[in-house]
Amino acid sequence: MSEVVATTRTILVVGGGISGMTAALEAAEAGADVLLLEKGASLGGWVSQLSRGHPTLCPPARTLEDELRRLGAGRLRVLTRAEVVRIDGQPGDYTATVRLAPPAPREVGNADRSGDPDASPDADPDAVPNPDTGERKLRVKAGAVVWATGWRPYDAAKIEPYGYGRIPDVVSSLDFARLADPLGPTGGRLLRPSDGREARRVAFVLCAGSRDKNHLRHCSRVCCAAALEQAAHVTGHLGDEADVTLYYVDIRVTGSLEDLYRKVRSDPRVKFVRSKVAQITRDAHTGSPVLHGVATEGGQRYARVHDLVVLAVGMEPGVPGDALPLRLVTHAGGFVAPDPANGAIFAAGCAAEPLDVSRCVQHATVAALRALQVVRRVGGVEG
Amino acid sequence: MGEGRKDYRGDFLAEVEARVEEGEWVKMCMQCGVCSGSCPLGPDWEHPPHEIFQWIRANRRAEVLGSPSVWMCTSCHACVVRCPRGVPVAHVMHGLAHYAARLGLAPPGQPTRRLAERFWENMTRTGRVNEPRLALSLLFANGPGEGLRTALRMKDAGLDLVRAGRLSPLAALAGDGVEDPAGLRAVLEKARAIELAKTAALED
Ligand SMILES: Cc1cc2nc3c(=O)[nH]c(=O)nc-3n(C[C@H](O)[C@H](O)[C@H](O)COP(=O)(O)OP(=O)(O)OC[C@H]3O[C@@H](n4cnc5c(N)ncnc54)[C@H](O)[C@@H]3O)c2cc1C
Ligand code: SF4
Ligand code: SF4
Ligand code: SF4
Repeated sequence: MSEVVATTRTILVVGGGISGMTAALEAAEAGADVLLLEKGASLGGWVSQLSRGHPTLCPPARTLEDELRRLGAGRLRVLTRAEVVRIDGQPGDYTATVRLAPPAPREVGNADRSGDPDASPDADPDAVPNPDTGERKLRVKAGAVVWATGWRPYDAAKIEPYGYGRIPDVVSSLDFARLADPLGPTGGRLLRPSDGREARRVAFVLCAGSRDKNHLRHCSRVCCAAALEQAAHVTGHLGDEADVTLYYVDIRVTGSLEDLYRKVRSDPRVKFVRSKVAQITRDAHTGSPVLHGVATEGGQRYARVHDLVVLAVGMEPGVPGDALPLRLVTHAGGFVAPDPANGAIFAAGCAAEPLDVSRCVQHATVAALRALQVVRRVGGVEG
Repeated sequence: MGEGRKDYRGDFLAEVEARVEEGEWVKMCMQCGVCSGSCPLGPDWEHPPHEIFQWIRANRRAEVLGSPSVWMCTSCHACVVRCPRGVPVAHVMHGLAHYAARLGLAPPGQPTRRLAERFWENMTRTGRVNEPRLALSLLFANGPGEGLRTALRMKDAGLDLVRAGRLSPLAALAGDGVEDPAGLRAVLEKARAIELAKTAALED
């Protein structure tokens, strides 16, 4: 049978994105035993896919790098390809069931650097993998859990009038991030999917699937800033050639991001149209996407052709409410709520609400503190 | 302008909420423009739905109630399914049109209004719409000369409808109706009285 790893004084962190890494590091540096489990092959979550970031317009990966450097510190163990599928128990005494994907997880951190995870007695999973899938099961004990499973983009194909999936040059903001990435498939050139031509007239459609009773009811909070940052990328990349239009309902940026907004707003190459786009069609001759709607400031009806249309898609929870490994109190959108009924399971970062990286870091630090308070109490009782 | 401030106090919004069918939805509008952008008749409206909603909040009572725009809606519901705030745009438009007509403020001679009135007259007579009679009354609404010209122009479409069994010329003479048309009219009269009493109560 599977062996029990860790003790009830351990803090289990589920999800190795920026939030989970932060929570794990903060807790470990404060002296707790921490086990960080990530279902993917590497740490970093979505941040590792975003080549440039707001508010500083420097690579978010830089933050990641700092965090990775700190991983050596404290009593922190990390397992990748390890997905938490079930949690039982109560505050101070949880048991998590973990599915280990083949090939065997590689453990990093200070516990074991030998390269062979099975050599580490602490992380000894089921000796016999499932013959069909090669998966193994592991059980983990923990006094408190930081739930940092992050977000996933809303499926743009569900926004039927926008033609994502039908019109090739309608892409999502995540697709755009790949196009704009110097290490991405196009080497950072904005080549539109239909014919590989360089896109010059680029449109950003904000609130694509957010603040909408037919899709996500909440404001996803990061997409305005992300679209502004991507618009700035286009002008920076194309220079005077750039012809960018932002279609928005409201621009929602706060704090220092306001500077980004002012910068983009004052750029003559970027037009702002206050309008939720009603529909996107494909031009019969050129195949280019055409945006239709009415500008609510001025009242003009438009049917504007663009080379490339970027849908600023919203955020939904990475693990939907009905797929959580135990019953947790969630908000209407499925994000895990800070509710006493959730015991010592503390959501951090985008698992709790749509947040940008800097706010994820703050939020995750708070979650780590809450978890520390629980395991310290457990520690006190156990002597 | 001191008057301007008063204009924005939103008395008309309160009036719409209290008296117009589905009027309480107006405040939910976030001015995104999707309804107007989705409306197939949008290009023909003088003031598309989102503008009407904003005008209500801006207290522009006379312009809204006297506008031909609120009569333009054909109930296709493109706006209703797309509105991110769930505003039943079409219903509010009909509510406004109806309210304007009740107060005698609706634009006279507006073609869709005329259609609506003739439809209502036609339908309440027997409890069933008599389509050929409705079509005839619309054809000759602008006098016999124009009526004949239009009839000739449309005759192929009419014959196609007859052939497809969608239009029976005989029905213009006979037609069917509900069992108790007088009873139906009494029901409608009662509903009208209740509606008027409600308006009168609000007036105090
Ligand atoms: C288009 C776009 C652009 C953005 N640009 C910026 C920007 O420029 N600057 C900025 O500050 N923010 C930006 N953001 C926001 C940023 O992406 C998030 O703040 C950040 O990714 C949140 O990190 P996280 O750790 O909470 O979640 P994630 O990055 O989603 O990490 C969650 C991790 O949990 C793992 N996981 C999930 N379920 C399990 C499980 N059951 N067991 C184990 N592991 C699991 C996942 O594999 C993943 O690695 C952007 C967002 C979007 C949509
Ligand atoms: S952050 Fe901006 S684009 Fe995203 S949902 Fe909110 S208002 Fe819309
Ligand atoms: S679609 Fe709805 S929210 Fe948007 S302007 Fe029209 S009524 Fe208002
Ligand atoms: S229901 Fe009326 S207002 Fe709405 S889109 Fe159709 S015609 Fe336009």
